[in-house]
Amino acid sequence: MIVELGHYALILAFALSLLQTVVPLVGAQKGWADWMAAGNPLATAQFVLIALSFAALTYAFVTSDFSVVLVVDNSHTLKPLLYKISGVWGNHEGSLLLWVLILALFGACAAWFGGNLPATLQARVLAVQGSIGAAFMAFMIFTSNPFLRAAFPPFDGADLNPLLQDPGLAFHPPFLYLGYVGLSMAFSFAVAALIEGKVDAAWGRWVRPWTLAAWIFLTIGIALGSWWAYYELGWGGFWFWDPVENASFMPWLFATALLHSAIVVEKRETLKAWTILLAILGFGFSLMGTFIVRSGLITSVHAFASDPERGVFILMIFAVFVGGALTLFALRSAALEAKGVFALVSRESALVLNNVLLAVASFVVFVGTMWPLVSEMLFDRVLSVGAPFFNAAFTPFMIALAIVLPVGAVLPWKRGKLGRAARSMTGAAVLAVALGGLVFAMQTGGSALAPIGVALSVWLIVGAALDLYGRSGRKGFGDRMRRMVSLPRAEWGKAFAHAGLGVTIFAVSAVLGWATEDIRVARIGESFEHGGYTMTLSDVTREQGPNYITTMGTIEVRDGERFVATLHPEKRVYPAAGMPTTEAAIDYSLTRDLYVALGDPQEGGGWALRTYVKPFATWLWLGAALMAFGGLISLSDRRYRVAAGARKAPAAVATPAE
Amino acid sequence: MRKLFLTLALMLLALPALAVQPDEVLADPALEARAREITAELRCVVCRNESVDDSNADIARDIRLMVRERLVAGDSNEEAIQFMVDRFGEFVLLNPRATGTNLILWITGPVLLVLGLGIAVLAIRRRKPGTETLNEAEEARLRQLLEE
Repeated sequence: MIVELGHYALILAFALSLLQTVVPLVGAQKGWADWMAAGNPLATAQFVLIALSFAALTYAFVTSDFSVVLVVDNSHTLKPLLYKISGVWGNHEGSLLLWVLILALFGACAAWFGGNLPATLQARVLAVQGSIGAAFMAFMIFTSNPFLRAAFPPFDGADLNPLLQDPGLAFHPPFLYLGYVGLSMAFSFAVAALIEGKVDAAWGRWVRPWTLAAWIFLTIGIALGSWWAYYELGWGGFWFWDPVENASFMPWLFATALLHSAIVVEKRETLKAWTILLAILGFGFSLMGTFIVRSGLITSVHAFASDPERGVFILMIFAVFVGGALTLFALRSAALEAKGVFALVSRESALVLNNVLLAVASFVVFVGTMWPLVSEMLFDRVLSVGAPFFNAAFTPFMIALAIVLPVGAVLPWKRGKLGRAARSMTGAAVLAVALGGLVFAMQTGGSALAPIGVALSVWLIVGAALDLYGRSGRKGFGDRMRRMVSLPRAEWGKAFAHAGLGVTIFAVSAVLGWATEDIRVARIGESFEHGGYTMTLSDVTREQGPNYITTMGTIEVRDGERFVATLHPEKRVYPAAGMPTTEAAIDYSLTRDLYVALGDPQEGGGWALRTYVKPFATWLWLGAALMAFGGLISLSDRRYRVAAGARKAPAAVATPAE
Repeated sequence: MRKLFLTLALMLLALPALAVQPDEVLADPALEARAREITAELRCVVCRNESVDDSNADIARDIRLMVRERLVAGDSNEEAIQFMVDRFGEFVLLNPRATGTNLILWITGPVLLVLGLGIAVLAIRRRKPGTETLNEAEEARLRQLLEE
């Protein structure tokens, strides 16, 4: 019964989304205030209905209702509660329901907090948001119904893919989707602005915080996924350039570009057309990512051909929305005249350079991801494009970005002097070169990777600090510190996010450049040395988990006489899913991770054992967290709170601050 | 009962093997390092985007052993890689060769960068101060200000 209610609520939400697409749009075109105003209750009602539908599906999972096909395929009575809940979105149909739930949430936010927007703009935004919802709900109802009942309910389910039964991955999809789908807001605003034929600072002031919010979620989602891969897949890699990873990384790169160019729209009322284009492409890549992940196209052309229905449907959604928006862009973008002019050397130009680098880097990832498919279809040349290609083709863009960032960040608006901006960064440059050189001299042999990474990260982190310091006036040190504390939060957010990028670059180069590996057969009671640590395999036991059986090793780690940690690497078997997994044991610390994975028992006795010492691996997630934190601080900046407060006041006439 | 369940499950399900097994490692560290370098660039042909070096699949182990055999027999890195390409086709290479149609893949980045920068510079140059024109509302406001 509850399941049917959920299904019914979804269909009702679909019907409302059609209304939400048409009514406010017509109202805005004709100038009918009541039709325009209809968008608000419709968006709220749509959100409530989808939330009910989602709750119904969650209920079916939590109570292990095996009359629902989706629950049978993805759950099991013995599964811990957390994974019963995360099982809701650990599959195709359920993840789509989460997708539309978040979409409706963002739509409702535009209704709830959009009171300060011009009525026509808000109505059009809601209409576009409603149309995306309608498309995806149609997709669900007609091809991927999560509420399908089983004709013969079994006694127990087939269990969730064991790889997904993990806290990191339980929360990875919701964050990722908040990011993916959050970009729909920028898209809806872009399309609405194209219909209006007008983009002003108020538009930028709205689009930027929502893009920033989406970007924060996307950053956290990607970091969670990367962390999961690090500890779950058993060899400590953190990024594999897998098509599914790329699908989330491309929107992230575009969102990063977009939130920078939205600053220019907001502050300088220029780069409008370009920002609109980025908003369209950003969400376009989100849709493309959904298509890649959901159609199975990239995994195998043949998997796609055997069940093309879903893939073709999403491809059509993609073509209609992105194609439609781009057509609209081609027709209307000329109407978006720019106000502010700027010289070739200016903050605006620096942000354009940032945008070009990020957008091209994203296209490189895109071409690399799609190339095997294109090559096979057009040239009949079957090949693979893997990590070595992406490392070679993508990294130079990030290095270039890191080099120009600190100087670009201190250039003044409108017109600047490159020499002057560069001079203010002398300290950072000197320190970066010195530390990079020191690292190069200290490491014996080794690649140039780590020294370059260290130099770049010092350049970024010290550069971010110098940027803040440079904005604190010219009086004594104490006064400058006081002024720094009272700088706008957006400045602090910028500094944290840019330093976070530095930390991430450092961690990537440290892990890639300095990690050590040891592969051996260890007998029980045997000790061995690795990276200055003495490791002893003291025991291997078999244990029973809630829904798995595990072979668990016990490894004691000592540093000379000092006890460091006891590690328990596991090999688990999930009988219901019929699938084994490895659970690496990791001793985290700020300077290094000790990473141990247990292998097979060997014929002559003993166990295969892989241990890694990964220097500064924790800093990978620390850097991502710093970036997200910077975004969060920036989001709490006064100007957005003022904008939020102004919603009660009548819409103020925006006067360009020239 | 629990023991029985455990034993049965362990019999039925093979545990996952770790990627590189201890018995595969070559005695000569220089040769082993070269082998790792090569296998990181070879695709496990039955896996999804996994290198032979990372994969647990049986065929990945076979390829790892074959690469080491070739190296011990005196092959250069290129010869060992070519040996695999001859057997599994270009599909086995994770790093696609920059030949023929693949040139498109490799030059996309640089070409787009040059194009992007070129367009950006032209666009910024074109909107030099002074060429900016006022719209009607601004002209009206300007006239109003001048009259005041």
